[in-house]
Amino acid sequence: MKVPKNLYYTETHEWVRVENSHAYIGITDYAQDSLGEIVFVELPEESDQLSKGSEFGAIESVKAASDLLSPVSGVVVAINEDLEDAPESLNEDPYENWIVKVELEDESELEDLKSAGEYESLIEE
Amino acid sequence: MKKTALHPEHVRLQAKLVEFAGYEMPIQYTSIKEEHHAVRQKAGVFDVSHMGELHVYGKEATEFLDHVYTNNIQSMTAKQIVYGFLCMESGGVVDDLLIYKVNDQSYLLVVNAANKDKDFEWLNKQNTFDAAVVDASDDYSEVALQGPQAEAVLQTRIQADLSALRPFTFDYFDVEGEEFLISRTGYTGEDGFEIYGDHKPVRRLFAGLIERDGVTPCGLGARDTLRFEAALPLYGHEISEEITPIEAGYGFAVDFKKPSFKGREALLAQKEGGLTRRVVGLELEGKGIPREGYPVEKDGETIGHITSGYLSPTLGRPIALALIQRPFTKRKTEVSVRIRRRTVPATVRNKKFLSHRKTN
Repeated sequence: MKVPKNLYYTETHEWVRVENSHAYIGITDYAQDSLGEIVFVELPEESDQLSKGSEFGAIESVKAASDLLSPVSGVVVAINEDLEDAPESLNEDPYENWIVKVELEDESELEDLKSAGEYESLIEE
Repeated sequence: MKKTALHPEHVRLQAKLVEFAGYEMPIQYTSIKEEHHAVRQKAGVFDVSHMGELHVYGKEATEFLDHVYTNNIQSMTAKQIVYGFLCMESGGVVDDLLIYKVNDQSYLLVVNAANKDKDFEWLNKQNTFDAAVVDASDDYSEVALQGPQAEAVLQTRIQADLSALRPFTFDYFDVEGEEFLISRTGYTGEDGFEIYGDHKPVRRLFAGLIERDGVTPCGLGARDTLRFEAALPLYGHEISEEITPIEAGYGFAVDFKKPSFKGREALLAQKEGGLTRRVVGLELEGKGIPREGYPVEKDGETIGHITSGYLSPTLGRPIALALIQRPFTKRKTEVSVRIRRRTVPATVRNKKFLSHRKTN
């Protein structure tokens, strides 16, 4: 299971990549593997306000729906619209295919997230 | 957790395993969609050894089963199979099952794994007849070979003419030196067979079908999408202790010509106009996938819920079975489904999602 070193992680299997004051959010390799074939992604709208820990969309596999929980607070500045036509790209490359880009409201929230090493031990349990 | 005799094959095939009705079972081997398409287009094989097998035998076995079962046992011929329900006095369903008639004094009941112990107790409680119920589940392994190529594939292993085996009948066949009970039944909406036998021969057959004949191994994930598209009920979803066969639309398996059987009065009252709700098909007009339990609404009021729903692998569209209040059950009624924070428009339709296809 791939866990890139340069990302932050949540216990609910989202990842965060920080670029300047923006955060790209996606789901981990472990998440896509557990879900199986992803057939639908419910995205938020641009300019939606996300708050840390709250639901902002959903990933649907053949079998079930799974909420997306925001790792950080902030305003959505971009959504990955390609996922509407090709949700399976989250299975193919979950780290290349981000879901939303958020303008970080409070960078100190990143300190609550897990490092790659911490996340690896979490999914090994 | 219990394991079926085929468990080592699932491990060898690197299936994704989950707990189901107390068994560790494959949910998928490679992909639910691929397994689903294999059954619709070619052939797939499922380990269904978790299903329960109960033997009912004795001088009054026929009378006993006619007392507890909604469908007609008296009119069955040997080697025939009939689908029906064990109902409570309320009309609620204890279980749905197939009954295989061996002879006038011997029947095989194939029941849901999760309900097996409940069924066994229920049957014994109703049994005031000269008949006995035996739980023989541990004596059987079972696989389901399903799909348009199922007959051709199985025929290569059997001398007797399989085309003579009609839907909802069974017989005993010699398959490469081993005896199996084979019925032309299934839970996919395709032609196919359910094959019962001793553990080792069934395991060998399962492995052989995959390795030699190229049949796709299929897990519980595809089993559910396939049965759903064919609008076959799943216990706990379309039928339950709270949802009767009449409400679910399976009245064809309730024989009111029988003067009495458990649940008859309640079911007859519903059939004769007392229905307040019914299971219908829904076609979603917008994006989103209807899942079990999601509310169905009309003008903001909840009028029912989704019992099963998927982005149909065969049709590529979101469809659902839903239990909703009359009169919204009328075809072409416009309703909506609440999917998380959104409401998605939907239209009531019949349950024949695969109407262009021949089904069992």
